[in-house]
This record gives sequence, C-alpha cells and structure tokens, in this order.
Amino acid sequence: MSPDGSARGPAHSAPPPRALPGTGEQRRHVLVAIVNNRPGVLNRVASLMRARNFNIESLAVSHLDDPEISRMTITLRADDVLVEQAAKQLYKIIDVLKVQDVTDEPTVQHELALVKVRATDRTRGELISIVEMYKARIVDMAPEAVIVETVGTESEVDALIALLRGYGIKELVRTGTVVMSRGAQSIEEATKR
Amino acid sequence: MAMTKGDGAAGPSEAAAPAPTRPATAGGTRRSHVPGAGTAAAEAVEKARREMLHEGNQARQEAAERRQKRARIGADVVVEAILRQGVDVLFGYPGGVILPLYDVLGDHPDLRHVLVRHEQGAAHAADGYARATGKVGVCLGTSGPAATNLVTGIATAQLDSIPMVAITGNVPAALLGKDAFQEIDITGITLPMTKHNYLVRDANDLPRVLAEAFHIARTGRPGPVHVDITKDALQQETDAPHPTDEEVAAGLPGFRPTVGGHPRQLKLIAEEIAKARRPIIFAGHGILIADATEELRALAEKTRIPVAWTLLGIGAMDETHPLAYGYMGMHGWKHVNRAIQASDLIVAVGMRFDDRVTGNVRTYAPYARIVHVDIDPAEIGKNVAVDVPVVGDAKRVLGGLLPLVHEVPEADRAPYLAQLAEWRRESEGSSWHGSGAWRDGQLSADFVVAQIGEATGHDATLVADVGQNQMWTARYAGYRRPNSHLSSGGLGTMGYALPAAMGAALGRPDKATWAVCGDGGFQMTIQELATLVQDRIPVRIALLDNKKLGMIRQWQEIFYSGNYHSSNMFGPDYLKLADAYGIPAWKVRTPEEVRPAVEAANAVDGPALVWFEIAEAQNVLPIMPAGKGLSDLIETWGGADE
Repeated sequence: MSPDGSARGPAHSAPPPRALPGTGEQRRHVLVAIVNNRPGVLNRVASLMRARNFNIESLAVSHLDDPEISRMTITLRADDVLVEQAAKQLYKIIDVLKVQDVTDEPTVQHELALVKVRATDRTRGELISIVEMYKARIVDMAPEAVIVETVGTESEVDALIALLRGYGIKELVRTGTVVMSRGAQSIEEATKR
Repeated sequence: MAMTKGDGAAGPSEAAAPAPTRPATAGGTRRSHVPGAGTAAAEAVEKARREMLHEGNQARQEAAERRQKRARIGADVVVEAILRQGVDVLFGYPGGVILPLYDVLGDHPDLRHVLVRHEQGAAHAADGYARATGKVGVCLGTSGPAATNLVTGIATAQLDSIPMVAITGNVPAALLGKDAFQEIDITGITLPMTKHNYLVRDANDLPRVLAEAFHIARTGRPGPVHVDITKDALQQETDAPHPTDEEVAAGLPGFRPTVGGHPRQLKLIAEEIAKARRPIIFAGHGILIADATEELRALAEKTRIPVAWTLLGIGAMDETHPLAYGYMGMHGWKHVNRAIQASDLIVAVGMRFDDRVTGNVRTYAPYARIVHVDIDPAEIGKNVAVDVPVVGDAKRVLGGLLPLVHEVPEADRAPYLAQLAEWRRESEGSSWHGSGAWRDGQLSADFVVAQIGEATGHDATLVADVGQNQMWTARYAGYRRPNSHLSSGGLGTMGYALPAAMGAALGRPDKATWAVCGDGGFQMTIQELATLVQDRIPVRIALLDNKKLGMIRQWQEIFYSGNYHSSNMFGPDYLKLADAYGIPAWKVRTPEEVRPAVEAANAVDGPALVWFEIAEAQNVLPIMPAGKGLSDLIETWGGADE
C-alpha cells in the first residue's frame, strides 16, 4: 500500500483503524438556542433532532423581552462530537439565530417542579419540615394532598422528589432545565449584533 | 418602489426601459430554447413557436392591456418574483387551488410554462434545469396529491444540494386544518427535506417570501425551498413591492453562510500539502456549484496533485487532463480507490464523505490525513474525523489557497505519479474494463455509453438514471465540461433521467441533451414522453434495455445467492411506443449499429429514442460490498465478466 516506502507507519504492518468522529463518551449537554418567535419553529427543531437521531432529555421554550425572538434550552445526553453536530445542524435552520453549547461554561441551571403529594394529618407536619429544609414551598393545601413547588438544579429537584416519593406522589410536573451563563455576557445581545 | 397592476412582469414598455432594481437577466430579452440559437433557421423556428404559443407581439400587447384593466393579485406576484430571478421557464401541472395562478400565467408571456404529465416530472425537470444552468429551478403544483407527487423530486434536490423553489397551492386559509378537499399538511411533509419552507396566507407576504425562497435556495449550500400558498392569498389584491437583494439578506439574520475560508486554515492546508508525499485531491459537487473548476485545475497543476471525483463531482475536471485520475467509491475505478487507500493526504473539496464514497470508515484511507473544505459546517466531521476543517465556498477557498502553496517540481512527484499511472494501466487491463463491444453475444453497456460520449463530442449534457446505467454513464462517457453530467446521487431516484433531461435541455439549448436510462427507470417516468412532444423538447433518450432491474439483479447475484426475485422486467415494444408518441426511434442490437443510431438521433430536431438491447447479465465491476472498505473490491463474478 505504500508506493514509495514513506508511509506514516511501517508499510508491512496493518495500519490502525481510522477513528470515527467522536469519543463515544456520553454526557449531559445543555444547548441554548435563540430562535425566531414564529409558528412552526419548535416543530423544525424537534423534527431535526428526531430525524438526526438525537435524543432530547428536556426542552424549555419561552419568548423573550423582545417578542420577535424565543429562547430554547435543550438538554441532551450524547457524545461531545455528536452534540457539536446537533448544534451545527440546528444552526442551519433558517429560524435559528444562535446556538451555544453552555455545558462547560459557568452557568445557573435551574428547573421548577410542582409535586402533588398525598398528605394526611399524620404526615403533613413531616412534609412541611422537609419542604422547609429544601427551601421549597407549599403552594396549595387540601385535606388529602399538598402541592410542593421547588426550584433548583436538576439534582436538587431529583433529591426532593426522592424524599417525597415515600409519601405518595399523585402528580408531578417539571419544566426542564433553563440555563443562563454567569457573568455579564449575553447570548441575546450577541444575537442582535 | 410603488407597485400597481401588472407591474414587474415585462410588458413591451418595460422591456424597453427595465427598472433599475431588476437583475439584468430578467429583462425583456428571453432565452431561446431552440437548438442552434442565433442562426437564421433557429430564429424562424423560435418566431413560429411563439406565434403558436400566442407569445407573439400581439398576444403580448393584449396581455399587457388585460393586466392594465385588472388589479394585481397574489398570483401575479408569484410570476413577477420568478421572472425577477432570471428564470424563464417553470414546470407544473394545474389543479383546483393553484388555478388562480394558471389564470394569470397567460398575462405573463415571458415566463414559459411546461405542462408535465406528473408532478414528479416537474420537480425533476426543475432540478435538471438548475443543474445544467446553475440557476434556480422552479416547479409548480396544486395541493394534496400534486404536492405529495413533488416530494420525491424535492427530496432528490435536497440530498444533492440543488437550488429549487417548489410552489404549491393550498386550500383557502379558512379551511386549513379542516381536512378540506385535497388538503394535506404539505409544509409538515416537506419540512425535513427542504432547506426551508413557507406557508403563505397573505398576498402581501408573497414578494418577501418568494425573494427569500430564491435567496435561500441558491445561497451557501444550495437546496430546495418549498412555498405553499393558500388559494385566497393567490387571489388577494396586493400592491406589496418586491424587496431588494439587500432587504432580503437583512431580513434573514439566521442565514449567513460562511464563504471566505479562514486564512489560518488556508495556511494549514498549504502546510499539509507541502508535507505530503502521496496527496490526492477530491473534487465534489461543491466545485461545480461554486464554479471553481479553474481554481481546481490551477491548484492541481501547481502542486502536481492528482484529482479524483465523486459521482456529483464528475465534470469538475476535464477527464483528459493528465492529473484527472478518476471516479471514486463503491463502483469507482479500482486505481482510484487504490490511490485513496495509499494516500497520505486527502484534500477534499465540496463533498461529504458519503458511505458510497468511503465504505467502512474504519479501514478508509488508513494513512491519510484529511483536509475537508465545505461550505456547510455541519458536513465537516459528520462522517469522518477531519484534521484540517475549512468552512467556505470552494472557489474562494481554492482561490485563496493557490498563492500559499509552493510549486512542486516535476521530479518530486514523478515516482508517485508513475505509480498511479501504473495502477491505472492495471485497472484498465482488468477483465471488467473495455473487454469489447459484446457480452454474451449481446451489446456491452459500457461500450454503448462510451460511443454516446464520442458521438456527441463529449460536449452533450448526459443525464443518468439510477442503477447500473448510472454507473456506466459515470465511468465511460468521458466528460470534458462542467455540468455536462447530471445524476441523482444522494437519493438515487429511479425515473430521474427523462424529466431531468427536459429541464436540462430547456436550460441549455446550446448543448445536446441525452437521457441515459435503464428499462426500469425509464418505465417509472415514461409519461413525460408526451411532454417532450407537446413542448418539442429536444431530449435524446438512450434506453439501455437488459429486461432487468440490472443493479438489483447484480446484488441478488452477488449478495443474495442468485435469488432473482422481481428483477426480471417486461417492457413494451419501445419502437411502437415511440411511434405512438410520434417520436423517431431506432433499435440497436449490434456494435456496428450503435454509432449511426446515436448520430441519427442527434440530428433530429426534437425528441428521439434509441433502444439498445444490451447484455442481460452484465455486472458493474468492481463493486465494493456494503459495509466493506475500498480495499475489498469484488472484481470478478460470474461468466460475463471473467
């Protein structure tokens, strides 16, 4: 295979296999996308992630101070190179104005959860103290249940939910993570430039 | 600019004094689609045809007057927007909700409408027009079934990066979502297979949307854009002006393709080239799209690096050039694949390392470092890991690279190029190559294709279908000029050749156009024969008839132990068929008949068909089995090729 004998490796030994893109190491990534606030944009993003075989863990969408644009926070578990590929593919959508992988940046990452927990006269006191300890709050109280609202990182929310599970969770809703980079820089301002 | 009734479509007064904002190509002078344009005979044909189609001056005057009397509606905006792009032909089929557009087409005689026989044909014709001319192809259909019929052609354009605007009608806005007659969520369907798509419900949005559609379709990495317009928007009166190019770009902050190529990366390429002992350049479709063939040739000559090409990169380099090495991949030349496997540097420009190019990536080009230049950043690092990534337009990048590379003295490359030449000789001496005009007592397909290439002076536009015929067309015709080879590469759409050739013939009337089809693909879109006749489109058809789905048969022979299920095919008597359409046709069974038949078909002023009865069991070899690598080529199989 080596016509002039100057191959990188010795010509007689089999060359090492070519590395495929990516390391294969899966980890949680958080992408922030600034998109046009138009009908169908969420569909475009979701359709692309499905078609390209990227599995979304959570997705939070909201409009911004500027009503023309929206912000999406997408968390997905994948290989670094695959996520880079996802970000590039997202960026090709005409309605996507900016995409940033903030996984390795200092950020505030929070989500909100509402948990409807079974509560009796016997357990209500315990519940209230757990809620206080976790800096969550009770936002509704009925004779047989309470609704606990908590805001925090994914793992903080997970921890509280694990504790509440013992009392019987009747209903649970989580917003999915929203994220913002620490410091003065702004992805929104960067988009407008 | 203020727009009133009928503004924008070139009436006689406008043709004399074009508006300054309109592109020069969209002026009153229209392109003749008659072969031999410019000669007196062609002028006469053109004039007669216009009269026939009521496109003469009188009809034009009447149309202008009629438009003066009525208000400008959404449908007028669509036509104006197309004409503003310098596009003078569109391919379509009328139907319920698109009828408002057909109602005004006659008022805009500068835009030629070709009535196809199936909407898939319209999309492929627009595709062929785009590939042959570099302009945006336009196709048109109504809602529902027409729109879904367009989908195959849109997907074909998407996978091959073809600039296309597909326009469909939809039910009136008030009926959207009500499952009205012929209503389907077509923008939902085309979403994942277009570069962008729009649903328009207000005629006032049409000028902006259509201008954006054309801009997006042709800018950066080209691709299809679909515009779905409700019937009421087509009928709605509007005086919304067409935006300028600057306004269009400013309105698309999310669409700013990188074209320049980072100077630091260009320096890195030059360093890689300086270090490499066995470099090879890959020319992809991007070279043709970016019109970078001169830059490619200059780079190859200065660095003395041989050039290999992908299926869609055929024509990027004149195949007679000493550094033109050949077609790569699954059915590529053995010597080319061998050179790739031995190379220590790949400089890939405007291609995407498709699986048909690489085979198993683990064993692909094991000694090579990879430089990858593409305008689409998402292509870089998608299929292979890249050592030097460069995002940019092929013309700009190669142009910028040229002064940075050192001229390589002949002696430095001599041993390498001698080795490649030796491999080429071996390759061309293989049993599968050039073993003559006969196979099993029947015509050899590669011989037929080579004869077509020669008989047309290697200057015709050859449009391949899909399958064995496609590979023979890719390898044996011999290409000398850019955009002279059209092929559905990414999607592999059977039935592509005939309708795409219609678009190519109308887009490049100065070149002969041949559709090279197998009997399978030909029968898929055979209905377009009627379009050729009705619109006198001079497409010559080379039908390579082996009464088989040849590539299927080949795979069944090699990979499915000869279990030939559903690959045998009945076909009609194609001479009678052609006769029924009034198309001159020849049947060819022997090598001596090939050249005269091709020449006779070439001489016809209009469509023609040559029916070649070819060997029934000829394989395209070598073949790289799916999942295997470029070093695992199968070169012999069965009797016909040994």
